[in-house]
Amino acid sequence: MVTLTIDGVKVQAQEGSTILEVARFYGFNIPTLCYHDELTPYGACRLCMVEVDDGRRTRLVASCLHPAKEGIRVKTHSQRVVEGRKLILELLIARCPNSKTLQDLASQIGLEHVRFKMESKDCILCGLCVRMCAEQMGSGAIGFVGRGQKREVVTPFRVSSDICRNCGACMYICPVVELQCRGVKSPGEVCNSCLVITPQCVEKYDQVMCTLDSCGACVQKEEE
Amino acid sequence: MKKVRTHQELVALRNSLLENRDPNKPCVRVCISTGCRARGSLDVLQAFRDEVTKQGSGTDVDVKQTGCHGFCERGPVVVIGPKEIFYQGVKPSDVPEVVSKILHNWEVVDRLLYVNPATHQKVLCETEVPFYKMQTRRILANNGRIDPTSILDYIAVGGYQALAKAITAMSGENIIDTVEKSGLRGLGGGGFPTGRKWRSCREAKGNLKFVIGNGDEGDPGAFSDRSLMEANPHSILEGMIIGAYAIGVNQGYLYVRTEYPLALKHLQIAIDQAKECGFLGKGILGSKFDLDIKIIRGGGAFVCGESSALVASIEGKVGEPRAKYIHTVEQGLWNKPTNLNNVKTWACVPLIINNGADWYAKIGTAKCKGTAIFSLVGKVNNTGLIEVPMGTPLKQIIYDIGGGILEDKKFKAVQTGGPSGGCIPEELLDLPVDFDKLTEAGSMMGSGGMIVMDEATCMVDVARYFLDFLQYESCGKCAPCREGVKRMLEIVTNITAGRAKKEDLELLQELAEMVKDFSLCGLGRTSPNTVLSTLKYFRDEYQTHVKDKKCSAGICKDLIEYSILEDKCTGCGACLKLCPQQAIQGEPKNPHTIDPSKCIRCGVCRDACPFEAIMVN
Repeated sequence: MVTLTIDGVKVQAQEGSTILEVARFYGFNIPTLCYHDELTPYGACRLCMVEVDDGRRTRLVASCLHPAKEGIRVKTHSQRVVEGRKLILELLIARCPNSKTLQDLASQIGLEHVRFKMESKDCILCGLCVRMCAEQMGSGAIGFVGRGQKREVVTPFRVSSDICRNCGACMYICPVVELQCRGVKSPGEVCNSCLVITPQCVEKYDQVMCTLDSCGACVQKEEE
Repeated sequence: MKKVRTHQELVALRNSLLENRDPNKPCVRVCISTGCRARGSLDVLQAFRDEVTKQGSGTDVDVKQTGCHGFCERGPVVVIGPKEIFYQGVKPSDVPEVVSKILHNWEVVDRLLYVNPATHQKVLCETEVPFYKMQTRRILANNGRIDPTSILDYIAVGGYQALAKAITAMSGENIIDTVEKSGLRGLGGGGFPTGRKWRSCREAKGNLKFVIGNGDEGDPGAFSDRSLMEANPHSILEGMIIGAYAIGVNQGYLYVRTEYPLALKHLQIAIDQAKECGFLGKGILGSKFDLDIKIIRGGGAFVCGESSALVASIEGKVGEPRAKYIHTVEQGLWNKPTNLNNVKTWACVPLIINNGADWYAKIGTAKCKGTAIFSLVGKVNNTGLIEVPMGTPLKQIIYDIGGGILEDKKFKAVQTGGPSGGCIPEELLDLPVDFDKLTEAGSMMGSGGMIVMDEATCMVDVARYFLDFLQYESCGKCAPCREGVKRMLEIVTNITAGRAKKEDLELLQELAEMVKDFSLCGLGRTSPNTVLSTLKYFRDEYQTHVKDKKCSAGICKDLIEYSILEDKCTGCGACLKLCPQQAIQGEPKNPHTIDPSKCIRCGVCRDACPFEAIMVN
């Protein structure tokens, strides 16, 4: 067992666990987009960055990958961290304005305005689908191709193959296509409205059903 | 080639090589590295070979191909030993005269000598050329002296003696102590203490370990690794073999980009020769130590110079970095302890073993020992490859070695460390160059690129150029680098096009700081350096672009206008004929005018005007 401090609270953790695992276990909220309990941490969305003081220096690390070490002091919400997270989310929303996951997160961390030119892509390249397919479905039917701006998730050579069983796990785990936010109408807007209403589907089915076709309840509410 | 089995056999081999060579025999050394080769040095080499047989007996003058001498600006470079006469810009047509004069009492071909621009006097020897005089050549010392494809040449200048000494007389601990004491730091740009890295790798658990030589130099404007690999591949191999012996490794890899065909060729020849001589393979120099080194060719992704991406690339995966919270020395290639160093760092090792740690640490600054290699390029008179002691002031490099700014223009900035480095302004020219001082100034050592810019450079445009490169080379894995650099480029492009608003500068600064803090790998974390340093030192230039919509350097096409000065224009018509847009009008012998609506600001007219009558506003 190792002892570390998170936001001033002394906590104990299993050796080998990551800061994120420990923080979540004790109820500290660290936002993530490319992390999932059952998948290998990837460290690409950079929202889980925390400030770590190891006695020699303070630096920013990705909590989903950094091991919980003896004696380190972790700040999950220092000003530097909070401001950076907001800006990363702003960049991602500018890329995929209609992702409900992103819009919800924006409301949670207090992002109110996007200053960049809006695009309408449907992927934030978090890699959850790629890892889901390979690690949980044992398939590996999709992967990344291209570099930088040309990076995308596709099937090999862009053709459908027998390797893909159409299980839909990639769709299930995707933070962008699964839930579409219809609330954003003009570029630069952050929706926030789903936080204040309960869509009809939730009353009826006990879960959000925007997966297939959004009921639009959140949008109507705002228009009233 | 007979296998060398002991230290004594190596010494005997060297002695016999030296005995068979007449030190007074003329030896023509022609540089065949990339720079001189592009200027036709292969033809010059062939001409020398032909001419020597034609004019003499063919054996009274040696003709040798060598690697880069460094003074690429003046290529093809030819040095005639043992008098070390330095000829520059040699053409095949000059060769008959050069050879006949060597054969006739060492007369000198005057017109091929270098003229010192300061004193206007001709210089006879390489060592007297100011470009070389101010340098301290250690790693590059044998670059222009030996044939890179001949292991015997390398042995003749004392090659593999350090390896023999290390294997026969030193333990692994001994070697690491020596390297640690020398203060050698990673010359790939990171500056991590080499000895400490080796020790961690030696102490890491596991029997299977690897060493890697990083020759994936991707920075535009940098060619120091390339020159070293092309000119002296055995020095790199020797360093790697010593390192592998000290750490306890039996497999090494050299990662070199495919864009360096000559380096790849020379390294492969060197590896084959070293195997033949028994410096590589099983039972090296009669000991129980085995080592194999393989070359891995990189596909040309800039990010693959980053250690974790390089390791992924060797494993056959996509070249993408991973977080290094668990160090490569513990879990690197195939999750085994791996010691990765730049090829220049490896080439330092034999020097340290041969001459001792104190010799190495004698020059340099308190925390950075030894020498640094820079590819000096841009608007300086003498471009080329230079090696100077750590702590040499920038001013000395640019003015004494580089010979000052081209066409006597005013110095504006120097960018060190490639696209991820920062721009250093004139007021910091006295800065002693080492790892720490450059980082403090907001730049970095990087791969040793040094790009000098004059007053006709627009710093916003420079930032835009490098952001464009970095956007293209970002691997795209982490969001801050992929999205952040793209948006920074968007903002800077808007600024150069006069479309930016005042608040864009703040957003740019905010973005740059976030990308620096939040990116996954070194490439991402250093990518905003150009923006941050230009914002810091040349903020007024950004402001003129944003507020006044003007580019004071006259570079940003959307913000400038060409016009003709009436009093200077003689109506010669030179510009009128060349203008691709027919934007220039005027009668012969009368002042011309430019129609701004047609002008595409290509600058052809300004270059053509013999009277400097074309103005840029």
